[in-house]
Amino acid sequence: MRPIRVLVAKPGLDGHDRGAKVIARALRDAGMEVIYTGLRQTPEQIVAAAVQEDVDVVGISILSGAHNYLFPRVVELLNEQSVDDVLIIGGGVIPDEDIPLLKEAGIAEIFTPGTTTTQMIEYIKNNLKRTID
Amino acid sequence: MFDKEKLDQLKNQRENWEEKVLNKSLNKAPESKVEFKTVSGATVERLYTPEDVANIDYEEEIGYPGQYPFTRGYQPTMYRGKAWTMRMYAGFATAEESNERYKYLVNQGSTGLSVAFDLPTQIGYDSDHSLAQGEVGKVGVAIDSLKDMEILFDGIPLDKVSTSMTINAPASVLLAMYIAVAEKQGVSADKLRGTIQNDILKEYIARGTYIFPTEPSMRLITNIFEYCSKEVPNWNTISISGYHIREAGSTAAQEVGFTLADGIAYVDAAIKAGLDVDTFAPRLSFFFNAHNDLLEEVSKYRAARRLWAKIMKDRFKAKSEKSMMLKFHTQTAGCTLTAQQPDNNIIRVAMQALAAVLGGTQSLHTNSRDEALALPTTDSVTIALRTQQILANETGITNTVDPLAGSYYIEAKTKEIEDKAMEYINKIDDLGGAARAIDLGYIQKEISDSAYKYQMEIESLDRIVVGVNKYQVKEGSPKGLLRVDPIVGEMQKKKINDVKAMRNNDAVKDKLDALRTACQGTENVMPYIVEAVKEYATLGEICGVMREVFGEYEQAVLL
Repeated sequence: MRPIRVLVAKPGLDGHDRGAKVIARALRDAGMEVIYTGLRQTPEQIVAAAVQEDVDVVGISILSGAHNYLFPRVVELLNEQSVDDVLIIGGGVIPDEDIPLLKEAGIAEIFTPGTTTTQMIEYIKNNLKRTID
Repeated sequence: MFDKEKLDQLKNQRENWEEKVLNKSLNKAPESKVEFKTVSGATVERLYTPEDVANIDYEEEIGYPGQYPFTRGYQPTMYRGKAWTMRMYAGFATAEESNERYKYLVNQGSTGLSVAFDLPTQIGYDSDHSLAQGEVGKVGVAIDSLKDMEILFDGIPLDKVSTSMTINAPASVLLAMYIAVAEKQGVSADKLRGTIQNDILKEYIARGTYIFPTEPSMRLITNIFEYCSKEVPNWNTISISGYHIREAGSTAAQEVGFTLADGIAYVDAAIKAGLDVDTFAPRLSFFFNAHNDLLEEVSKYRAARRLWAKIMKDRFKAKSEKSMMLKFHTQTAGCTLTAQQPDNNIIRVAMQALAAVLGGTQSLHTNSRDEALALPTTDSVTIALRTQQILANETGITNTVDPLAGSYYIEAKTKEIEDKAMEYINKIDDLGGAARAIDLGYIQKEISDSAYKYQMEIESLDRIVVGVNKYQVKEGSPKGLLRVDPIVGEMQKKKINDVKAMRNNDAVKDKLDALRTACQGTENVMPYIVEAVKEYATLGEICGVMREVFGEYEQAVLL
């Protein structure tokens, strides 16, 4: 079985990357192939990287409060490229009341502070949209 | 601190105690863990005795407050003279709303202002820039031109308050706007008191709001040092920040080591630019984190003070004692706040604030209970401010200077952190200095290794976080969080258009052209920036000119 490929992305102007880096490393230690975008990525850049790297999962991390604009924009652009078999998840300081809207916009799951890396790894393994073989 | 004979006697007594008392107790009831560690992962011994401080000379290493090496405090009377400045970091949405919050805080007894800017402002984009979409007014107040700054400080007398501004890459522009607002209030620049963060190296390391490459960034910083030494002499020209390094996951010793290494780089750059160390060093200030490990944190502040004093004296040959004094602001550790059972954060913040005060901070921001969820509400901010007021007025810890000095543990720990921090500084020197160590990714890698280790300890339950991996309860969604209306973006765009319609656009062009020429040459750019902001050139226009000339920083992406 080939390893699961994950893009860990930091959209917008937010510089808080502790969480993104910890998660990227934990996913790598769990045997996944991880590409980390670095800071200040536009939704366009994130989608281009996801397509180019042919990832199975896009994980978007944000703390600045701009999630309601940036998260749906990533999904929208992926849809425009007819990419519909990529699991898109998000995390960060995101109020509970925003989560239903984000899910409706196509983010499969939102992970908030206190989530363990183990929970996230399990979630990814169980919810991939593609078959890994 | 003790003579040889006394130490031998103490050693015998200790061995005797271990054999007769301790072992008996351990045989009956072993300790709960094999090894005890600080939050930073440093080993903590069961007991500290005079033997652990035997190599610490009181006069040379500890001494007296307000005197070299300043271990016991930067000032001789400390809080007996006056309490620390209670400086609550605040700012959100528009200048109007933030102005209201500042006036509220001042009315509630806050003694200094601290401005949080939104991300577009911090990265030098106007609110109408495409990259600003979704970010306007979110993590702080949006400032596009002098107009916003006038509103932000409306009714706040700038000769009476001191203002700290968390602004780095465009610090020169916001400082220029502050000077211009003061002038309109009839307050001359030499009366202004406050701080700009202006610490670009830690932006590259940990915080992320950089714009320009290292070299022009260091030039802007030294330009500010020089300009302020003449025009704004009471202004703290930089706040060299360990806070964000710690938030990114570093240990206490790394926080001190990396921050002072950044400090060394700024002093080096200023000396290289031809400034005399004693003209600018007294205006350097620092900013540290207050994390959970109370005694480790107290030791950390003491270690930082002593080590900086030694560096300024021995390495940079400073003559004025003012150049050797490390003054610092503290903020409680945002990364320790939990989204679970958020009221528990009030207790965490109180303990962290206690550490900062026992460590001799000059000013303090206490976080609010709801900050793992959103920007704080007025109610939450009030509790956070009251926490400081309770510490200052009710606990008695302000009555004597450096009350934990002489504790065997505190003194041993202070020495240990100083030594470890010095090891990091030596390593960074070997790599060619802080800027080079950042380019190589050394500092970032050290921090992310520590962050990863910390998270794994939480997941394996080696580290308990109350409400997160122990003592959990079922909770509903938190109610009443502060929300910034997305309409703020539209309102700012309209304000920019209004400003551009009312200003003298020819004058703006002239001033921006003059700034461009100054950037291309070697002159101090500060006077040109002041001129440009007075004509209502926007932040984005000014930073745009500098982007054109200086280019942009490229982050080394590392995992």
